[in-house]
Amino acid sequence: MNSIEINNLTKKFGSFTSVDSISFNVKQGEIFGFLGANGAGKTTTIKMLCGILAPTSGDATVGGYSIAKEPNKVKLNIGYMSQRFSLYNDLSVEENINFFGGVYGLDGKDLEDRKEWVLKIANLRGKEGLLTESLPGGIKQRLALGTAVIHKPKIVFLDEPTSGVDPISRRNFWDLIHHLADEGTTVFVTTHYLEEAEFCNNIILINAGKLIAEGSSKELKSKHLKNKMYEVECERVVDALEILEKQPYIDESSIFGNNIQISVNSLYESTKQIEETLTGQHSIEVKRIEEIIPTLENVFIHLLEKHNNGSAN
Amino acid sequence: MRTILHIIRKEFLQFKRDPKMFGIVLIAPVFQLIFLGYAVNLDVENVPTVVFDQDRSQVSREYIESYTSSGYFNVYNHVNNYDHLQTEIENGNAILGLVIPTDFEKRIGRNETVKLQAIFDGSDGNKGSISAGYVASITNKFAQEINLDFRDRMGIKFNPVGSIEAEVRAWYNPTLKTRVFMVPGVVGLLLSIITLVLTSLAIVKEKEIGTLEQIIVTPIKPFQLMMGKLVPFAIMGFATVTIVFTAMGAIFGIIPRGSILFLFFSSFIYILSTLGLGLLISTISKTQQQAMMLAMFMVMMPMVFFSGFSFPIENMPQALQWVTYIVPLRYFMTIVRAVILKGAGFAELWMELSALLFIGVLIFALSAQRFNKRLD
Repeated sequence: MNSIEINNLTKKFGSFTSVDSISFNVKQGEIFGFLGANGAGKTTTIKMLCGILAPTSGDATVGGYSIAKEPNKVKLNIGYMSQRFSLYNDLSVEENINFFGGVYGLDGKDLEDRKEWVLKIANLRGKEGLLTESLPGGIKQRLALGTAVIHKPKIVFLDEPTSGVDPISRRNFWDLIHHLADEGTTVFVTTHYLEEAEFCNNIILINAGKLIAEGSSKELKSKHLKNKMYEVECERVVDALEILEKQPYIDESSIFGNNIQISVNSLYESTKQIEETLTGQHSIEVKRIEEIIPTLENVFIHLLEKHNNGSAN
Repeated sequence: MRTILHIIRKEFLQFKRDPKMFGIVLIAPVFQLIFLGYAVNLDVENVPTVVFDQDRSQVSREYIESYTSSGYFNVYNHVNNYDHLQTEIENGNAILGLVIPTDFEKRIGRNETVKLQAIFDGSDGNKGSISAGYVASITNKFAQEINLDFRDRMGIKFNPVGSIEAEVRAWYNPTLKTRVFMVPGVVGLLLSIITLVLTSLAIVKEKEIGTLEQIIVTPIKPFQLMMGKLVPFAIMGFATVTIVFTAMGAIFGIIPRGSILFLFFSSFIYILSTLGLGLLISTISKTQQQAMMLAMFMVMMPMVFFSGFSFPIENMPQALQWVTYIVPLRYFMTIVRAVILKGAGFAELWMELSALLFIGVLIFALSAQRFNKRLD
């Protein structure tokens, strides 16, 4: 069953097309990763799905309601956590929870139960009276998420929820996201961290407002990266990269840390070929050559380069 | 309704946490009242005066003495030549330079008309013309005494001709103090600042920090958000009005002659306009700075200039006088001053009140509509 269905959704700001006729579906209870570079149109798409922005054309149903025709019903069924921290810094933890619980119509026992739950997940039990301003970043994010889902929405939108948060807090935050998904909540999340995208059931990638790939992490890797990849550790990395780029048996090459990662095509025979090129012809000493399993990062860089070259030509 | 109450409660909680806001609403009014009550004084007293007495006779000394004893002039220097007198006025030491001719006493003795020179620093036109009025009246009185004296000496026991005397009474402000006129106006000024400037800032602040976006995603309707934002500031506005009334009586002894209830009712009608303008500014501005600049320079300043708060509307060119008819503060100023100083009520002020209501409803409706559209 689909929780979100998007059909040719488009948003234009003047002559600039921020989101260009994208269509995809999100299933009930899945963690859905929505990826793309800065300015690709991620936030604009989320804002349309939450009813903050009206689409220029196209439509989407969120939780069964059309965002164009029934935005108020959409709002009752979703939670939203924006890029910026959006609780009131000058209110205490409890006052924030009371306010947002109140505007979602919670009161009495319901409100107390949910308040208890939010405090639990944010690790803020017994600290209800603290001013929100004084909380550390990771706790703030958890409190913001808890508050965003205080009314138990079917769908929650998280716009770069972990940006600027330390790795341990990020891990804790993702535990929380899995917990929500286990309870049947659909989680729609954007992120810049590709290792986080590996946690998602399904992913789509957009670039310049257009959808360029979709599927699970596994599908994306096997579908878009058919070539084998190697990591080469050698001397004079920059010179070596320049040399390798010209070889007919290599499709793509790039520097990762102190190493070079290459993807090879059918002309490639064995690691000897690489050693021959670097050491034999240019006397660059090779320390290590190892086949690697491509990461999502490799897939996306590959896809984005392909897409950008395609639109440039 | 419950949603609106949630927002109102939230506003007051935030208000409680913000000591600056507290100061603006509760303490600033009293300060402003004191500043305006004491500093804005257009009364002319103690005009510094320099005298060039060429006659040095008994009559000339008596004439100069009548200036000192009037209480309006302070004769601080006697000079011996024109140049010195001129320097004193140029330096700004003197506002009035009095030149008495050499034959002052002699010609009076011969029953001739004497002319003397009174030179004013007219750069402050208001002060100059008021001082000139005093000079004329002192001189008239002095001349009259000379006349009576002459008649006494000649043994004339009755008035040779009838004369006219105006018995001047200033109602509502018997001592003609600027303060009595200015202080009630402060009520209008403060009420405008709180309901207009602070309201727009409070809304734009949420835009700026991103909480407005969060609110838009909740089921809160634009109308509810609007009411939730406006009601607290209306309440604060009324709190300020109450403080100002109390302080006005306690500090300056100005106690409203008319009905306080009617004042509050008029204030309520008036804030429809200011709250509306505040909303309008909040829909135009992206940052608090923009909102502040717009509110202060595009709305508050023209409103104050055209309201008659400090510059009389009757003195403006006709075209500008027409402009004042669309300025809500103009009507409110008239109402506040009339109720406090004259004890006027609905019977005298219904026209101003109707104008205020009309403008208020218009501004409020248009702004509310724009606010709703922006949020949807």
